[in-house]
Amino acid sequence: MALDRTDVEKIAHLARLATEESELPGYADDLSNILKLVEQMDAADTANVEPMAHPLDMAQRLREDEVTEENQREHFQNIAPQVESGLYLVPKVIE
Amino acid sequence: MEWETVIGLEIHTQLRTKSKIFSGASTAYGAEPNTQACAVDLGLPGVLPVLNKEAVHMAVKFGVAVNAEITPRSIFARKNYFYPDLPKGYQISQFELPIVGKGELEITLADGSVKTIGITRAHLEEDAGKSLHEDFQGMTGIDLNRAGTPLLEIVSEPDMRSAEEAVAYMKKLHSLVQYIGICDGNMQEGSFRCDANVSVRPKGQKEFGTRAELKNINSFRFVERAINFEVERQIDVIESGGQVVQETRLYDADKDETRSMRSKEESHDYRYFPDPDLLPVEVTADDIERVRGELPELPDQKRDRFMADYELNMEEANILTSSRETGDYFETVIKASNSKPKICANWVMGELSGALNKSDMSISESPVSAEMLGGLIQRINDNTISGKIAKQVFEAMWNGEGDADAVIENKGLKQVTDTGAIEKIIDEILAANTAQVEQYRAGKEKMLGFFVGQVMKQSQGKANPAIVNNLLKEKLSS
Repeated sequence: MALDRTDVEKIAHLARLATEESELPGYADDLSNILKLVEQMDAADTANVEPMAHPLDMAQRLREDEVTEENQREHFQNIAPQVESGLYLVPKVIE
Repeated sequence: MEWETVIGLEIHTQLRTKSKIFSGASTAYGAEPNTQACAVDLGLPGVLPVLNKEAVHMAVKFGVAVNAEITPRSIFARKNYFYPDLPKGYQISQFELPIVGKGELEITLADGSVKTIGITRAHLEEDAGKSLHEDFQGMTGIDLNRAGTPLLEIVSEPDMRSAEEAVAYMKKLHSLVQYIGICDGNMQEGSFRCDANVSVRPKGQKEFGTRAELKNINSFRFVERAINFEVERQIDVIESGGQVVQETRLYDADKDETRSMRSKEESHDYRYFPDPDLLPVEVTADDIERVRGELPELPDQKRDRFMADYELNMEEANILTSSRETGDYFETVIKASNSKPKICANWVMGELSGALNKSDMSISESPVSAEMLGGLIQRINDNTISGKIAKQVFEAMWNGEGDADAVIENKGLKQVTDTGAIEKIIDEILAANTAQVEQYRAGKEKMLGFFVGQVMKQSQGKANPAIVNNLLKEKLSS
């Protein structure tokens, strides 16, 4: 499966990546090559292989339900571009 | 044309853990903005999520309670979208292999009929933060205290056929999650939120119509109203030759209408993939059995027991088991009053629930405790007061005037069983109403009610009605 320009534009938009018009054909080729590799893997017979959700063959370790974090708002908000009344301010978002 | 409504609900229940699903920050409600948002919740670089044991435990508890399959190895996935209250740019959720698989829930409708609603799945995920759109000169304020709060999203099958069924299902679920102690059920604080998928189709048609997803309907009343509005809207669209579009619609409670949210179509392109930061979650058969052993008596079991042990009908048993607190209250009243369960049931469902409704209180906030109500019923039972006077006593107890015995004593409400005193009143009444006495003696036996009423009035309701009746009959026929 090969991707065209519009596919690349859509993917870039979903990921909020800015792309130059001139770069699009190159990205389309690179991404198509990745898909080709996947197709190649698809050809392998995996009927007897159990699918894995993670390359590590282990189970998730769990944490006790305890509050271990203290309030560090001031610390975190030092690096925020804009704050007010304890809130992080961002450009207006309207749904 | 006759139309059929098809509804499926997605319900987000906030799990009542102390800490967040992937971090050690507190989940307590109402804290100062961003004081409970740690580096993990803020999505700072280099942090790693570590799953909360209790959140998994609660999800399994729910699964067992609705007879669902529990996935032995469930998987967390990233749901990708951009919004400022989701700092990582993805929500950690479950997509393929959610922790709870197919289950079911039985609902009872107003006419007493029972229907089983399928549960498709329930999955664990993290909540997002809150966006505040007012007061910041063209900016949006973000509070991330809620970010990372554990949610169990419970998805139903499209099995409901009316708003009434949807509300019954939602109420049942609301009661169940509180019974098993995984959610506080507080809808004002957003602990129990509902989205509804609604479509219509011509009656008899097999295929589903195009559905709209209704958001922001966070009370039982609004669910009913939003669905009814949406059904009418869709039927109007189709009958006037149009087509229903698949979209997300927001319910506006003030205007009582749903309206389209102007979402771009690609906003639903979430590009799920397994989260590489989290390994599969293992739940063993032993874990499931242990959780099964921990479950309290569930609403349906309690209802069946109430019907069998207390000789209640289905409707009464349903009301009295609508919450764990109501069931406990009722059983305490029975014990404290040492009286027939039916009488206790009538008081709990009548006076008490009426008073609670009027003051918009829950049963756990009742100023009249179960022991107090039991004490009152005991006084009716041993003939200290009549049922009518008991209502006065109840009101006084509700207003904080002490327990039943204190109120009866202070207000002098003790029933008059002294036949001499009652006889005296009767003689006065009969003497003052000779015309009515004639009528009675001429065969108009209905007049007895008139005399009883007069005597009760004269005694300010305190005369024992049975004694009054007997004495009256005796005197009138002599």
